[in-house]
Amino acid sequence: MDWDWNFVWEIMPTLIQGVKITILATILGSILAAIVGLGIALARRSENRLVARSIGWFAEFIRGTPLLVQLYFIFYVLPDIGILLPPLVAGVIGLGLHYGTYTAEVYRAGIDNVPRGQWEAAKACNLNGRHTWTHIILPQAIPPMIPALANYFIAMFKETPLLSAITVLELMNQAKSVANTYYRYIEPMTLVGAFFLVISLCSVVLLRWLEHRYGRIER
Amino acid sequence: MTQWSGYLGLILQGALVTIELTLMGSVLALIMAFLAGMGRVSRFFIVRAIATVYIEFFRGTSIFVQLFWAYFVLPFAGLSLTPLQAGVLALGLNVGAYAAEVVRGAILSVGREQYEACTALNLGRWQGMRHVILPQALLVMLPTFGNNAIELLKATSVVSLISLADLTFQAQVVRSQTGSTLMPFLSVLIIYFALALMISWGVRTLERRMARGLDGVRV
Repeated sequence: MDWDWNFVWEIMPTLIQGVKITILATILGSILAAIVGLGIALARRSENRLVARSIGWFAEFIRGTPLLVQLYFIFYVLPDIGILLPPLVAGVIGLGLHYGTYTAEVYRAGIDNVPRGQWEAAKACNLNGRHTWTHIILPQAIPPMIPALANYFIAMFKETPLLSAITVLELMNQAKSVANTYYRYIEPMTLVGAFFLVISLCSVVLLRWLEHRYGRIER
Repeated sequence: MTQWSGYLGLILQGALVTIELTLMGSVLALIMAFLAGMGRVSRFFIVRAIATVYIEFFRGTSIFVQLFWAYFVLPFAGLSLTPLQAGVLALGLNVGAYAAEVVRGAILSVGREQYEACTALNLGRWQGMRHVILPQALLVMLPTFGNNAIELLKATSVVSLISLADLTFQAQVVRSQTGSTLMPFLSVLIIYFALALMISWGVRTLERRMARGLDGVRV
């Protein structure tokens, strides 16, 4: 077991290529998860019992099964019914859908935390359903959720290596291909680990700040 | 239709490996959770420091990276692990780090008066922990432990990438042998979901049994 710094510098450009894709996938996945989560949370509150129930079960199913198998499902099954997706798009959809079911719970808790009086006030002001949501409920519900949402986005970031299984050339895949080419596993794998550790330690600081900034509910 | 029965047998074999991994991983995770969680509330700085480093390290890097590190890098350090050993080690240490925070939170959630009562009864630190604090804290931990076990079950799917023949791996085998995609992946998703439901049902039953006799004690 010997650590070779020259080798580290040699493989660095390849790894940085992978880092870019990893970050891109995380950002796109987070945006999708934020939207999907809101959609699921709103659908579960729907007046239509059938819609609310079936969406609820669907979310439960996605949360109870592994992301890796879901990625395979999107990547291998969808082309059979004529939907051909590039690997990165399939990966982003998988991440967004999987974490969307988690963020839905955050939205649900956030919406439930808006006091009853606000709903009644909106009704008293004769606002319709859409205006109640966009002007009264969501602006009050979303800021306190931000730390919890960020927590899930960081968790998603740590799951992006799974995308390598569906041939997305992100950090883990680049590291694996480097390792297989030179048959040296120590440097690439350790660098990947160090990269994730550094980012998630930084994100702890970011989370503290977010909690301080948004976490308290002003009443 | 006859050929499917053979492939279904393959998938069920995979299910056995997945269950085996989940059980062994959970045992290791439980041990690590109590060691590290109680380490976090220790009197001694050095114990607290070691527990914190362990928790931050394993929560900060993703399970996938840890698994690859255990499987590909440790052999260079002279420690060769079989895929099963590497899988159990990575899963147990990773989920143990998450569960350790649950143990710590539950211990801290036990009221101050309970600690004072221990002192009043002249119990030692260990005696108080064993007979007064932990029995109450255990009930608080249980629901979150159930969630952690489901996370562990889902995480077992990554061991397929170090060629351990679990459910996900067998689904890929069936896919490559039959060219059919929907049947293997859908059946595997359903098996994972059924296992997750079984875990949450088991934990709920256990919680009910343990809560017996504590009526009126808990607020």
